[in-house]
Amino acid sequence: MINILKTSKSVALTIDEFFDKIDLGILNFKKGANNYINGNSAEFDQNLKTINILEIEADTIKRKIENEFYLHSLMPNYSSDILNLIESVDDIIDKSKDILNQFDVETPHMPELIKKDYLELVSLSSKSAENVIPAARIFFTSPDEVKDKIQKVLFYNREADVLSNNIKRKIFQEFESLQLSEKIHLRYFTLHIEQVSDAAKIVAHLLSSLVIKIKM
Amino acid sequence: MFLFFLSSGLFLGWTLGANDASNVFGSAVGSKLIRFKQAAIIASIFVILGAVMQGSGGAQTLGKLGSVDALGGAFTVALAAGVSVFWMTKLKLPVSTSQAIVGAIIGWNFFTGNPTDYNSLTKIVTTWVSGPILGGIFAVLLFLLLRFILQKSKIHLIKLDGYIKYGLLIAGAFGSYSLGANNIANVVGVFVPSAPNITVDFGLFVLNGTQLLFLAGGVSIAVGIITYSKKVMMTVGDSLMKLNAETALVVVLAHSLVLFVFSSQNLSDFFVNIGLPPIPLVPVSSSQAIVGSIIGIGILKGGKNIQLNVIGKIGLGWMVTPIIAGLIAFFALFFMSNVFNLKVSQNTSKFIKGDVVVKEEVKGIADDTKTKVIKKFEAVTEATKTITIYKPVTITVIIFLMLLIAYQMYTISKLKKKDKIEEYQENIERYNTQQIILENELRMTNDANLKLEKEIDGKENELKKIALGMIRKNEILSKLKAGIENLKLKSESEIKYSDLNNLKIVIIENLSIDKERKSFDKFIKEINNSFYRNLEKKYPGLTEGEKKLCSLLRLKLSSKEIASILNITPKSVEVSRYRLRKKMNFKKDDKLSKEIRKL
Repeated sequence: MINILKTSKSVALTIDEFFDKIDLGILNFKKGANNYINGNSAEFDQNLKTINILEIEADTIKRKIENEFYLHSLMPNYSSDILNLIESVDDIIDKSKDILNQFDVETPHMPELIKKDYLELVSLSSKSAENVIPAARIFFTSPDEVKDKIQKVLFYNREADVLSNNIKRKIFQEFESLQLSEKIHLRYFTLHIEQVSDAAKIVAHLLSSLVIKIKM
Repeated sequence: MFLFFLSSGLFLGWTLGANDASNVFGSAVGSKLIRFKQAAIIASIFVILGAVMQGSGGAQTLGKLGSVDALGGAFTVALAAGVSVFWMTKLKLPVSTSQAIVGAIIGWNFFTGNPTDYNSLTKIVTTWVSGPILGGIFAVLLFLLLRFILQKSKIHLIKLDGYIKYGLLIAGAFGSYSLGANNIANVVGVFVPSAPNITVDFGLFVLNGTQLLFLAGGVSIAVGIITYSKKVMMTVGDSLMKLNAETALVVVLAHSLVLFVFSSQNLSDFFVNIGLPPIPLVPVSSSQAIVGSIIGIGILKGGKNIQLNVIGKIGLGWMVTPIIAGLIAFFALFFMSNVFNLKVSQNTSKFIKGDVVVKEEVKGIADDTKTKVIKKFEAVTEATKTITIYKPVTITVIIFLMLLIAYQMYTISKLKKKDKIEEYQENIERYNTQQIILENELRMTNDANLKLEKEIDGKENELKKIALGMIRKNEILSKLKAGIENLKLKSESEIKYSDLNNLKIVIIENLSIDKERKSFDKFIKEINNSFYRNLEKKYPGLTEGEKKLCSLLRLKLSSKEIASILNITPKSVEVSRYRLRKKMNFKKDDKLSKEIRKL
């Protein structure tokens, strides 16, 4: 009981550190995907290496947070919701890492004419994820301000959805030179990139419900 | 005798501790913010402190309402209140100890013909209504203040959780203190006029008879908290206040403030000093103060979640509880005084200790009598005994501590022994398991060996069969040879078809001899695989024929049988055996086949 303030202080710092890792992971994903699309393989390899390390570190911190929550019965009324939130935030870096690994393993062929669209899709998806981290951070200090931050996340997610549909349409209707297998391959990568913003959207929804729960 | 009569009050204290501690620590323990052990220790200590230090205010008001001056009466009144609380709780009716005890005192007044002080009664009833309302107001103010602080400070939620845990502990301690101070009058208030006139010197502090009574009541509440409140906290406490941690803190603080306000003599005096009316020091219902606080917050949050039936239940409790308790007390007193001849009152009409009655009686009588009354009262006060228990308490505490240390040491050594025994048992279990495993392995190996031996035996038998078959065939060949010799002696005309046919049959049988030999050689090699290896290892100079001879000797075949198998004369076998014996450096006494089998 005496150490509870010390513990809560340390857990607060650990949560911040966790968000830092996720933030860096998203930036690496953005750079990595851009490097792949632009054909900078050396830089891409570096990004891939970094995101793999960041993902492992984020997982370790996540487990540490979970342990602290269970061990010290922190926020017993909301612990499951908060841990669920942490898990969902961790999903963002997991997805980002998976996508870069898929780029590395499957090396999809990107026609020059569609590269620009893919770069834009990566940018929108990353922006959605980038904006959800401040929202998650501010939830712990000023839950009332979460709503404002979430709007951006949802906006970029919607934009990414629209662009992703356009890309898929383009691939299947305009690129007759591509084989069906190549088209399907590109379609999968469109979906994969979009998954990052979808993960951000899940975090945003979780945050909204948590704010309501806490304010009740 | 006094202690026996006090038992009903102590029972009431126990029920109060068991039920009302959940109002203070219920939400914190129910939601696992604080451990029950911590909550129980803090609540017990502070309830006793509150009862002893600040419990007199409420008791005085109850005394004014009706001074139960006989032990039998006090016992019956407390019992009636206790039974009403128990019975109404069973019937799931809203009930409060404060209202039950007031109803029981009025019942006593009716029974003994003592006048009820309506001024005090009005004060008490007013606080029943104002208590929950004040709780609501306090809760709203505290909630707004806390929300403002939280908005301005932007504390991290996890850190806030830590602060709230501390806050709940402090609020709980304050709530327990207030509960003890306010509600002790319900528990032992009716026994105050019958309290023994003694003062006990504890060394650090001195307690008079009334304070000792409050101490006993406080301890009974503490026992109720320790022994039974956990169950209530885990069930009733949580269902009553399913609130978040901040709101729970506000509710507990508001409730504690209400109880404190209605029991603090100093606060009342302060109000008088600044020109305000004094605060009535009255026992109020802890549960109703909590409900009032929750409703206050509910109204602040828009009033959607307010359950009007809860307010209705409180109102019902205000009316029903005193009536039921009063009726039970009246009939119980009637029963006690008429069946058991128990003295339930000193004097049902005049000179009852207690200022209200004294004043009323004094008005109508001559000055001399007034003086007598006061003198009589003072005389009782002068007769107070002082008991110094500093030394005995110190000695008792030292003995207790020594016993505790001895017990702890005994427990530790017992635990150590237990650990050792457990370790020993674990080792034994481990060894037993290992033994079982090893035995199983051994059994499996033996089984495998047996299986192999059986296989070898089977193959040896087969080999023998083949060998015997070959012997038989050689015999047939000899017969064939003899038959041909006989035919040779006969002329052509003498040779019959049947003679030739017989020979043909013998030849046909003989045809498979090579096949059988091959099969025999194969078996020999197969069965003697390891035997050959050992033989070569030990006697590297042996020829293939000698090895074969060894393998046949191993099968315990006679020289004649071996000769037949190898298609040589028995004498040649004897010569080969002799050479083999020499090569293998066996003594004359050694039996060749036996020595070979040893390989």
